Amino acid sequence: MPVRTRKLPFVLLFIFLTAVVLGINFGEVCAVFEKAVTLCLDCIGIG
Amino acid sequence: MGLRRFIQLAATVLTNAYWLFPFGGASMYAGRLKSVCVPGLNCWSCPAAVGACPIGALQNMFAGLRPGLEVGNKHFGLYVIGMLGVIGSLVGRMPCAWVCPFGFFQELMHKIPSPKLKIPGFMSYLKYVFLGLFVILLPLLVVDRFGFGQVWFCKYVCPTGTLEAGIPMLLLKPGLRDMVGTLFHSKLTILAVFLIWMILCKRPFCRVACPLGAIYSLFNRSSAFRMTWDADKCTHCEQCYRDCPMDVKFWENPNHVDCIRCLKCYQESCKYGAISYEIAGIPARKSFGEKQAS
Repeated sequence: MPVRTRKLPFVLLFIFLTAVVLGINFGEVCAVFEKAVTLCLDCIGIG
Repeated sequence: MGLRRFIQLAATVLTNAYWLFPFGGASMYAGRLKSVCVPGLNCWSCPAAVGACPIGALQNMFAGLRPGLEVGNKHFGLYVIGMLGVIGSLVGRMPCAWVCPFGFFQELMHKIPSPKLKIPGFMSYLKYVFLGLFVILLPLLVVDRFGFGQVWFCKYVCPTGTLEAGIPMLLLKPGLRDMVGTLFHSKLTILAVFLIWMILCKRPFCRVACPLGAIYSLFNRSSAFRMTWDADKCTHCEQCYRDCPMDVKFWENPNHVDCIRCLKCYQESCKYGAISYEIAGIPARKSFGEKQAS
């Protein structure tokens, strides 16, 4: 029986990889880093 | 120890690998790895965490979107959404079963002897309410006079943050104890409810409240990796349902939103070869039952 590959996962993969690249270009990596290295009192329910 | 347990343990240790924190006044890890979101739910304020929490990062992007745009920052959350989308489009909800520290914790808690109960099916949809409301809409729409929103899910709901960061930080930093108020007590109550619930039911947080699981679950039907079910081979013995850590009735929907692709049904439960998987349409060479038979 011939195997029919699905294309949708690859389309989604391309779309989301593009989103990652755009996010990096917009400087979101630094924004995530800045939040991640400081103690988030809100996150732990104290702030 | 099975392969999945080993990977769960390794992932938990690796995502919380900064064990120097007790020696620097509970200083958190501040290396470059912290800019990368981990695939599971792991609080980035945990003193041992070496990566960012995707749900915390996403909320922060949405909470700071308005004031950010005013100063020219185009932080729409594409980096985080993209990372989650890449994982989701490849394997769907598989990270929940294999690399999520909080999922691992829930499975261990469920081993505590007690009467075991089921969670009503409709409660599975609540996680989408948590995702839509607490992670997206409230941080975006409820803002202060400067335009900043709050991290609603982290602040008011997330038991992971309370367990992994709130309690350890209060133990390590006595100065924080004066700031504890009603909010922290309410979060402790939520944690206590989930702790008891974990003992009684399988993975209640994943099924009812996890916004990360909700995001991954949207990909279960379209991801490259998908589970398959052969109706001709299925005897409806329901062994897969009894073994499933998420109480999924596999024969009703092999790619149910709650299927975390732990592969227990494929590797252990089904002796008839009715359960298998495929990758982008290419089927597994043999189902586990067929392997055993040959």
